Amino acid sequence: MNKFNLNSGYKAVVIGGSAGSFQGIIKILSQIPPEFPLPIIAALHRLKHVRHGFVEALSIKSTLKIVEPEDKESIRKGIFYLAPANYHLSVELGNYFSLSTEDMVHNSRPSIDITLSSTAYAYRNKLIGILLSGANRDGGEGMKSIKDKGGLTIVQDPIECMIDTMPKAALSLTSIDYTLNIEQIIGFLKELNQQYK
Amino acid sequence: MTPDIDILDLKKITEVVHTKYGYDFRDYAMSSFKRRMQRILELKGLTGEALIKKLNEQPAYIEEFLDDLTVNVTEMFRDPGFWRLLREEIIPGILLNNKEFKIWHAGCSSGEEVISMNIMLKEMGLIDHVTIYATDLDPGILEKAKAATYSLKNMEINEKNYIRFQGKKTLKEYYKEENGKAVFHKDLLKNVTFRKHDLVLGEAFNKFDLILCRNVMIYFNQTLQNEVLKKFHGSLFKYGYLAIGTKESIIWCEYSNRFIVVNQEEKVFKKIKD
Repeated sequence: MNKFNLNSGYKAVVIGGSAGSFQGIIKILSQIPPEFPLPIIAALHRLKHVRHGFVEALSIKSTLKIVEPEDKESIRKGIFYLAPANYHLSVELGNYFSLSTEDMVHNSRPSIDITLSSTAYAYRNKLIGILLSGANRDGGEGMKSIKDKGGLTIVQDPIECMIDTMPKAALSLTSIDYTLNIEQIIGFLKELNQQYK
Repeated sequence: MTPDIDILDLKKITEVVHTKYGYDFRDYAMSSFKRRMQRILELKGLTGEALIKKLNEQPAYIEEFLDDLTVNVTEMFRDPGFWRLLREEIIPGILLNNKEFKIWHAGCSSGEEVISMNIMLKEMGLIDHVTIYATDLDPGILEKAKAATYSLKNMEINEKNYIRFQGKKTLKEYYKEENGKAVFHKDLLKNVTFRKHDLVLGEAFNKFDLILCRNVMIYFNQTLQNEVLKKFHGSLFKYGYLAIGTKESIIWCEYSNRFIVVNQEEKVFKKIKD
């Protein structure tokens, strides 16, 4: 049953999240189809000076391999890429990442806005952006740039969010295609997966 | 965030800066370069066109432009595990063959890693046996590095890193507070030569036992990273060490097989072939 009327033209999924998004991410990772046909690129707010442990924590129940990419690493489908601690993660034209130590944005490095905006610039209308629970406005501008370039935008339903500042910021800045709870986001990703079969 | 800067304007800016001032940003990583340029336009309230005009007509502006363009976010003892590795393995490794040795901080920015290095060397009783060259493209930031003066606000993270580095003292013992700033003791820079040097166009200028270039090459594309690694190779003694940022890689570079990995986690390499 197709609820979202999707197609197989997308090149990547990008996810932003902060306070209160960890459980949602874990749930998504545990139910997402293995061999997912796109790369998933995630910028999640995290402790700046703790380099280790996050990938391991997310990996426990994940069906996908989780990678903190190195600078200039190529982007491959079926991998969940996580912005490393204390670096901003950007996507370059040519399908690879680059890292930077520029100033914090919204008091955050990694910044969700930076990852979302650079990914939108690289993939234009072939991008799906998902913004989850969070306690500050980081990500709002990034969602706007995805929408402005013709990409598809989803925010976690503020009712379900532990802290809803982040999705609400996006909702106030741009038009969001779908407001979904985590179960529905998983349903969306499964339906997306079907389009590539 | 402002709308995307026009790619043609970006090209023109890079061209002016190259032909008129001799700085080559053509092989910088596009995403961060574009963000920096947009930030400059925002800060100055200029359009791309107006910035090109300003660069063409006001030669004195170039220093400020470089200062705004280059990323100068750095910490003392960033990645404390890396600094412990230096103290416990790398420096002792160098000392096996040399009583005196030379270090190059390539892209030293405001000098936090130079200060960190000398605090460490001082605590090891080695500061008088080491010569340090610290270079950067940006003359403005080199002046800041020479002043060794930092905002107190930044000292909190520096102090935390120093504690995790397990230094012998407290960081406070190395600076005094003056007008709301942390002013590091001048003897921490007595063995340091600061000089302007461009990694892109500059030639190798000396030979070193250890080169630190952490989180600098992330701003370059792969073509340029490849060229810079050749320069580092030429600037290292055989069996000298190269340290890059913990999330950087040289594995795909032409010269990568002239190095071996000493520590994969902290990204320290050793030159084994000329």
